[in-house]
Amino acid sequence: MKLELRGITKRFGSFTANDHIDVTVEPGEIHALLGENGAGKSTLMNVLYGLYQPEEGEILLDGVAHHFRGPGDAMNAGIGMVHQHFMLVPVFTVAENVMLGHEQTKALGSLDLAAARKHVRDVAQRFGFEVDPDATVGDLPVGVQQRVEIIKALSRDAKILVFDEPTAVLTPQETDELMMIMRQLRDEGTSIVFITHKLREVREVADRITVIRLGKVVGEASPTASNTELASMMVGRAVELTVHKDAPKVKATGGLEVRNLRVISPTGTVLVDNISFDVRPGEVLAVAGVQGNGQTELTEAIIGLHSGVTGTITLDGTELVGKSVRGVLDAGVGFVPEDRNEDGLVGAFSVAENLVLDRSSDKAFSSGGTINRGVLGDFAKARIAEFDIRAQGPQTPAGALSGGNQQKVVIARELSRDLKMLLASQPTRGVDVGSIEFIHKRIIETRDSGIPVLVVSTELDEVAALADRIVVMYRGGIVGIVPGDTPRDVLGLMMAGEQPEESAA
Amino acid sequence: MSDTTSDKKPEPGRPSESDVVVAAAPGAALTTATTVDTPAGPAHTIAPPPRQNLIIRDIMRGSVVTTILAIVLAMIVGGILIALTDPAVQKAAGYFFARPVDTLAAIWNAVWGAYSALFQGSIINFQATSFQQAILPLTSTLGFAAPLTAAALGVALAFRVGLFNIGAQGQMLIACAASALLTFNLGLPMILQLPITLIVGIIGGALWGGIVGVLKARTGAHEVIVTIMLNYIAFYLVSWMVRTPGMLQKPGTNQPISSPTPENAVFPALFGPQYPQLTWAFPVVLVATLFVWWLIERSSLGFRMRAVGENPNAARAAGISVPRMFVYAMLFAGGLAGLAGMIQIQSTITSGFDAGIHAGIGFDAITVALLGRSRAWGTLFAGLLFGALKAGSFTMQALQGIPVDIVLVVQSLIVLFIAAPPLIRAIFFLPKSEAEKTAKAVRKSTKKAARKEATA
Repeated sequence: MKLELRGITKRFGSFTANDHIDVTVEPGEIHALLGENGAGKSTLMNVLYGLYQPEEGEILLDGVAHHFRGPGDAMNAGIGMVHQHFMLVPVFTVAENVMLGHEQTKALGSLDLAAARKHVRDVAQRFGFEVDPDATVGDLPVGVQQRVEIIKALSRDAKILVFDEPTAVLTPQETDELMMIMRQLRDEGTSIVFITHKLREVREVADRITVIRLGKVVGEASPTASNTELASMMVGRAVELTVHKDAPKVKATGGLEVRNLRVISPTGTVLVDNISFDVRPGEVLAVAGVQGNGQTELTEAIIGLHSGVTGTITLDGTELVGKSVRGVLDAGVGFVPEDRNEDGLVGAFSVAENLVLDRSSDKAFSSGGTINRGVLGDFAKARIAEFDIRAQGPQTPAGALSGGNQQKVVIARELSRDLKMLLASQPTRGVDVGSIEFIHKRIIETRDSGIPVLVVSTELDEVAALADRIVVMYRGGIVGIVPGDTPRDVLGLMMAGEQPEESAA
Repeated sequence: MSDTTSDKKPEPGRPSESDVVVAAAPGAALTTATTVDTPAGPAHTIAPPPRQNLIIRDIMRGSVVTTILAIVLAMIVGGILIALTDPAVQKAAGYFFARPVDTLAAIWNAVWGAYSALFQGSIINFQATSFQQAILPLTSTLGFAAPLTAAALGVALAFRVGLFNIGAQGQMLIACAASALLTFNLGLPMILQLPITLIVGIIGGALWGGIVGVLKARTGAHEVIVTIMLNYIAFYLVSWMVRTPGMLQKPGTNQPISSPTPENAVFPALFGPQYPQLTWAFPVVLVATLFVWWLIERSSLGFRMRAVGENPNAARAAGISVPRMFVYAMLFAGGLAGLAGMIQIQSTITSGFDAGIHAGIGFDAITVALLGRSRAWGTLFAGLLFGALKAGSFTMQALQGIPVDIVLVVQSLIVLFIAAPPLIRAIFFLPKSEAEKTAKAVRKSTKKAARKEATA
């Protein structure tokens, strides 16, 4: 089916999220929509899916104008969406999830599960993967859950499939498999819209690329374009994708030493399994791994947020295990949490207040128990300038900023303290390319000032850009500690649990 | 000094009223958040719309306007109820089709009479012969407002730290009991007796509130359950104490009532004995309001407490001890409720107390705190409004024979309407928020799709 979006314009108050966007997706092609976070990709797809009503423009399917009042209309017209956050009921089985919303019933209104099961098996067979129709979705790995989403969309005879940032939660291998499936779907005539900000994937799988910036189509690119070309189109200026860094000047002693660290959940599950490593002053150690393999718990153990920690964590000889979060922060650890909205910021607080969230009792900002608002305001203005935080002012609520600027607030807060170590978890998740560049630069500067830096990231690009050494975690344990220039495919296999010797071979 | 509500001896818990409040809470919490919800985009690229335009929109959507409109709307509904329950209106309605003007006149008389009596009973008495008589109602409003505002400040403070303190009643009672037990027999000169009695009471309330904080911090027990249960414990503890010789029972009687407050511990009238209800308790409440404002909005401790209230996870990750903030918040909240209890026995009813001394203030305080949007000064204004409604309701009953309960209905309606800002906006044709528009569109379309699929 041919999809045409003509002159789509969507405004939110005075803000134009989509400004006369034209996109044509030919039948049987993979069309990538490339753009930074906040560029308007998701808004455009929500318009296509009927969740938003555009102010102007029309949607044509095979040349016929359609008007979607809601997702139901869009689905009936043959548009399916695989959401970034899966729309699945975790306690239902695969078959139940697939039939959800258009349940077929037998006599007396009982559900026709057999038909749903058969459908799941048919689709799985067609694409050559295994999905048990009776498995509970919550027990399945994310990669498989995503396939359930795809099956669900296909079960409604979707002729156009929209993938919204589908690779964010996948291992490199799962990503490759997903791309296989996308190609197969295309060859069978399904049109695919692939929304992403990852350049590598776009170049690998897309037939055509439309780049969106600030709500406007800035141009089309062919998959043969280089990363740098695509990135400059996305950002609107020349971007340095690789962080310039000199060889690390690592000290042989001091820094963070982790020995035999175990983290056990209250229910007795081993989350981090007996791991040991060092981060020396002047180096960036990156922890790579697929989400949910103990990295979160590792950072929580270091910062003092987790009980049930055994082993030792020392920073320049000071034991951190058993200290309160306050104690760990006072020992000189800077902490960038992996989820800034959850753990990093108080959305209702102003930028200024968030910049001193962990220093409210600091003598510099309060006297006699009263916060010195003048000092706080000056401090905030200085940080806003230094870290290029795009906010209307220090009093803007942090929740109203874009993701990149929110993250800069967190980074600014942590780097403005007197640090002995920086612990940054997913420092650039959901952050635009321009801000990624900035944040990476600051992290390398921190390293060069002789501070040990521990970066936890699920993005291989980020790991490759920053790391001097890489720790790969799998199921709570360390698979191996390898040099920063280890090839991507070796890392990918290690992330799936294979030993480095085997991976390299 | 009459206190009709305490005569009714409401049981602790008072389900009807607390239910209304619990239902209202989440909505109120939602409306206090005023983040600009435009889709994420670099802020610098958005061309600002005309400034005036923005300001008007902000005010129209702002909580102050919604609050005032909610009060107006509640008064209108109250007026309808007054008209419906008025015997003259009912009689005239019997021959409505013969002479409709009679009914309309009766409605006008009933509603106008009621609200002018309410005004005369709470602000200025027009019929008074002297200035003193004329402003007497205002002083009685301030008198009623004092304990209510103090208790509401405690509830509001706890709200800001993310705690739903239903326990003001128990905290008030324990404050009264503690001060009566420890300080009534000291026989000190006034300059010592009054503040010592006051402070012991405040400490008593703070400790009773602190129990809640400690239980929540240590065991994760939900503060709503704990405070409700502590209300029962305090109520029956005080009931027992005032019945038991050697505890609080007035020596030489077998009445279930405590000794009167020693004269040296009673707040003197602020402007002399001709205004008996306006005592030094009111300035104390003003100071308390100032303190709560400073604590919450300006102090570094308040900064940490607010952070816990807004996002406990981020607070924890920033090294703030969440359990400790819970304990502090409940100590302050209990202390403020304790202050309310002390105003009750050091100013309102000094002739001895029983377990009914809380006079329902503990629960009204929740309503007042919600109406004041959990801000210190907002709570003060809400407390004054409720004090006025209470003072005026007695005059309304006396002059027009309208039951006091109408005022309680109006009070509840105010909070009900505040809890539902979309309702207010719909009624007064105020601009909708983007989020509401989107939500409506989605709702509509999914419904339609469901219908379509059902018919297909």
